Amino acid sequence: MTFRTSTGGAIDRNTLLHFTFNGQKLSGHPGDTLASALLANGVHEIGSSVKLGRPRGVVAAGSEDPTSLVQIEAPFSEPMLLATTVELYDGLEARGLAGQGRLAALPDPARYDAKHEHCDVLVVGAGPAGLVAALTAARSGARVVLVDEQNQAGGALLGVEEYLDDRPSAEWVADIVAELKSTPGVLVLERTTAFGMYQDGFVLALQKRTDHLGFAAPATVARQRVWRIRTKQTVLATGAHERPVVFADNDRPGIMLASSARTFLHRYGVLPGSRAVVFTTNDSAYCAAIDLAESGVDIALIADARPEAPARLATECAARGIEVRAGQLVTGTEGTSRVTVVHVGGEKIECDTLLVSGGWNPVVSLFSQARGKLRYDAELGAFVPGEELSTVRVAGSATGELDLNACTRQGRDAGAAAAGAAGFASGGQVPLPVSDSRCTARSGLVLWRVPGDEDASFVDLQRDATVSDVLRATGAGLRSLEHIKRYTTIGTAHDQGKTSGMIAAGIVAEALGVELEDQRPTTFRPPYTSVSFAALAGRDRGELHDPVRVTAIHPWHVAHGALFENVGQWKRPWYYPQPGEDLHTAVLRECRATRESVGMMDGSTLGKIDVQGRDAGKFLDMLYTNMMSNLKVGKIRYGVMCGVDGMVIDDGTVIRVGEQRYLVTTTTGNAAKILDWMEEWLQTEWPHLDVHCASVTEHWVTIPLVGPKSRAVLGEVAPDLDVSNEAFEFMTWHDTVVAGVPARVCRISFSGELAYEINVTAWHGLAVWEALMAAGEKYGITPYGTETMHVLRAEKGYPIIGQETDATVTPQDLGMSWAVSKKKPDFIGKRSFARAENNRTDRKQLVGLLPVDPEVLLPEGSQIVETDRLPEPPVRMLGHVTSSYPSAALGRTFALALVRSGHERIGETLYVPVEDTLVPVTVTESVLYDKEGARRDG
Amino acid sequence: MTADLTSPLAGWTDRLAALAPALTVSEVPFRSQLTVRVSDPGAVAAMGSALGVVFPSVPCTFTAGEGEFGAVEVLWLGPDEFLVVAAPGLQVPIEEVLRGALGDFRGSVVDTSAQRTTLALEGPHVRDVLAHGCSVDLHPAAAPVGVCVQTLLARTGIVLLVTGEDRVMLLVRSSFAEYLAAWLSDACAEYRAVA
Repeated sequence: MTFRTSTGGAIDRNTLLHFTFNGQKLSGHPGDTLASALLANGVHEIGSSVKLGRPRGVVAAGSEDPTSLVQIEAPFSEPMLLATTVELYDGLEARGLAGQGRLAALPDPARYDAKHEHCDVLVVGAGPAGLVAALTAARSGARVVLVDEQNQAGGALLGVEEYLDDRPSAEWVADIVAELKSTPGVLVLERTTAFGMYQDGFVLALQKRTDHLGFAAPATVARQRVWRIRTKQTVLATGAHERPVVFADNDRPGIMLASSARTFLHRYGVLPGSRAVVFTTNDSAYCAAIDLAESGVDIALIADARPEAPARLATECAARGIEVRAGQLVTGTEGTSRVTVVHVGGEKIECDTLLVSGGWNPVVSLFSQARGKLRYDAELGAFVPGEELSTVRVAGSATGELDLNACTRQGRDAGAAAAGAAGFASGGQVPLPVSDSRCTARSGLVLWRVPGDEDASFVDLQRDATVSDVLRATGAGLRSLEHIKRYTTIGTAHDQGKTSGMIAAGIVAEALGVELEDQRPTTFRPPYTSVSFAALAGRDRGELHDPVRVTAIHPWHVAHGALFENVGQWKRPWYYPQPGEDLHTAVLRECRATRESVGMMDGSTLGKIDVQGRDAGKFLDMLYTNMMSNLKVGKIRYGVMCGVDGMVIDDGTVIRVGEQRYLVTTTTGNAAKILDWMEEWLQTEWPHLDVHCASVTEHWVTIPLVGPKSRAVLGEVAPDLDVSNEAFEFMTWHDTVVAGVPARVCRISFSGELAYEINVTAWHGLAVWEALMAAGEKYGITPYGTETMHVLRAEKGYPIIGQETDATVTPQDLGMSWAVSKKKPDFIGKRSFARAENNRTDRKQLVGLLPVDPEVLLPEGSQIVETDRLPEPPVRMLGHVTSSYPSAALGRTFALALVRSGHERIGETLYVPVEDTLVPVTVTESVLYDKEGARRDG
Repeated sequence: MTADLTSPLAGWTDRLAALAPALTVSEVPFRSQLTVRVSDPGAVAAMGSALGVVFPSVPCTFTAGEGEFGAVEVLWLGPDEFLVVAAPGLQVPIEEVLRGALGDFRGSVVDTSAQRTTLALEGPHVRDVLAHGCSVDLHPAAAPVGVCVQTLLARTGIVLLVTGEDRVMLLVRSSFAEYLAAWLSDACAEYRAVA
């Protein structure tokens, strides 16, 4: 049987849309929501409740609905959508939910994006007040954004059949929208919910752009968009939600808010049932009853909780044969999957629909999010905006005003005031429409609940939270609504308590015997309606999830089969496996080739900072633990930087480029941090220093050329350069021409081998790299990655900041007392070196570890203990393994470790628990290879 | 001299070209770029006259002029920080001239030519495309020709210059250039479909 009316509604009756619900094939029309199409087919039972498994239906017609949760199965699985906000499309497959949905197992193929928008006046809500506000602001010349949740403007007018200025309200709405859309600087966003309001006029809104197209949604168009709106002034015309009344068994399908039933009738041409009882505390439900009666619904009775029914409306009802009983309450219902009987004043009335109206709650969520204070309006029985904010105005029924003429006047005033505050003079008054509405909601009775079975009197239908739960909370001594909300979970579901929050507050106040005027409402927080993670992630997924930084030589690395390691946002070559090689064999080969002949790597990711000024040397003396100002032009020095706590934060080299100019390098991951560190000291502590810093990290490509044959290779590509050890000493640099391009070559070694770092502008990097490869071919030049670099430096005991250190390690702990100046009067960290804690001899210190079995590779991070058998816990840990590798040069495995009193323990045997065994290791100095440094000069 | 130079987006030419007509995007590589820190008004004026361009005094703007080194743009990046941009290959002589103008005044001049590359964007959707990732107001009234801001576009830092009604230049750190190109290509998806 169909519950579709024969005429009316904003639906296209000539087009059929086929859909499936719980496996049942049904049909509806364009313009329907899933909920209206289901009701048109007589389907009221949508799902079941989360805890108790009770059948649940459709309570409201919009996003305030607490119960009609569905899982969309096709076109793409999506959980926890409200049937009342899903626009119907052909082929839709949905299923009712038992409270909880199921996330899709497959990646969502749809696009989601975000867009920034700026305006002078943002209007939220395109009902009568919002439309007038937006048009008033637009006519003043302000940049206006109007957002509205529905697929068409009109707000509450969509759910009634009323006339404005003697013509259908839809025409009045259409005229205003048309003028707005044709006004330059005005953006009208439909299907857009402002879900978060933050400081300084920042508002987030979610636009559902192609959801309603279903299978026909174009793949290139973002399905949903998060609008990031920054506005000077905001007008909130967010309307009001009808409030139910709580009574025993108030949750059965077929029990619906009266105005929502009216909306289903007028907007969708759908009747809620055949025979209805109406239960109200105010006038507005009479209009629903009269409209439904005129459309053929048998209104069994209007039970008006007030002692007297409104005379004029009662007369109108009598003329239509509708019985009105004043001073009557609904005390209970019967039925299983649908309400069949309503108890009124001891009488059992058969029906299939119960329409309820307990008054109206202004939608104050965004106002509250904007830190606006709320005030309890005792006549309305609801919290309303309680103050004026300088940048946020409220208009229409969101203020508690329920008369349409007054609402539009508020809209006009708010729109003009907002535009004025944003600096725009009035552009002409918008005429206010005259309404023929018969109903207002004032003069209502505030009624939270009807006494009855408290275990079956539902306050929050979605959370299955009852009056009993509320009374249990107050009985347990809870008084604050915030606490009671958390205790009962009322208002924490998808609907954020839109229909339940106010009632819960009222029941609590009654139970505690306090006045709501003195109660603080719970804090409204974003999001106003549910927002999917996919929408929030937007386009920041896949390759765009986080920037991948690459060097100028990256294409070569890719072409030559490098595997990559993530270092911060950089992709660095990890190693270059040849066919059949794994990490272990490739790295052994790369290490051997480099130590025995020549290797090279891409070191371009090293941070590089140009430091200039008269006080550059003085500045660097303060930043580094060692002296830099006495470095001679043309020379290079290794340096360590500490924090004010004396712990190592970075290391690198300092190149003296000129009398007043240095180039310093940082570790790859710390480049930005160290530049910020420098700027912080210069700007906050030492503004008197004549020093300027500039990042040149990406201006230069840096290629370490390493190994005994590096001199020969360099000599070939740099014919102007005297590469002899005498002319080009260790820790000096020369400007020259390499492979035909200007280059700065530094003799620096991070491996102990004879080595050069060749710096050219990034544009030349690839060509120079290829020239070096060609020149080195006869020596079997071998590109190597970060893993080989790590092994080569570890063999020499060089620490990597962040691997050997963890912000608790001093230069002395690393065996680098030599890099801590005794002469300098001050430098960052110096004072901390005098602390007793820093001078304890049992600090963790960097040492080498040689497993007694040279084949055993210690896992990095392993703990170190003193005895060959584990004592009863707690076991004293001496430290941990920081680096561990097999070594081609040593012909065995080795490790670096931080060990308590490590420097004193050299020669001792300690133990490393690895799975179920204790691996014996010998403590050694951290330098394991070429201790005398014989290889440095080739 | 550019024969053996490789620009950060050398591999992206075709993919960027394919975005037209929704958006015309091309890399403008190898431009001479010098980071200048200077606050003394006399030194600023001297630098300007040496280059034939008045240095910008209004924050978040750039100026353009022509002189000994041809067309030169000066970008305001901070209260005492500017980026001087000129045609490829001029960074060495320009650095020399700027150092001369700076003289003994407090400041610095650094060749940062390869630190960033430049993307020229043009088309009716240019401000819309950028609005997907840039929180700065790009409405022509708020960002007229001559505006120059350092900001974020999606997850990379950029310097954004409004060079025409529908024209924008983006300067991006070289290592982020491919990310930016990928982001721009993706951002155009909807506008290409419409076009």
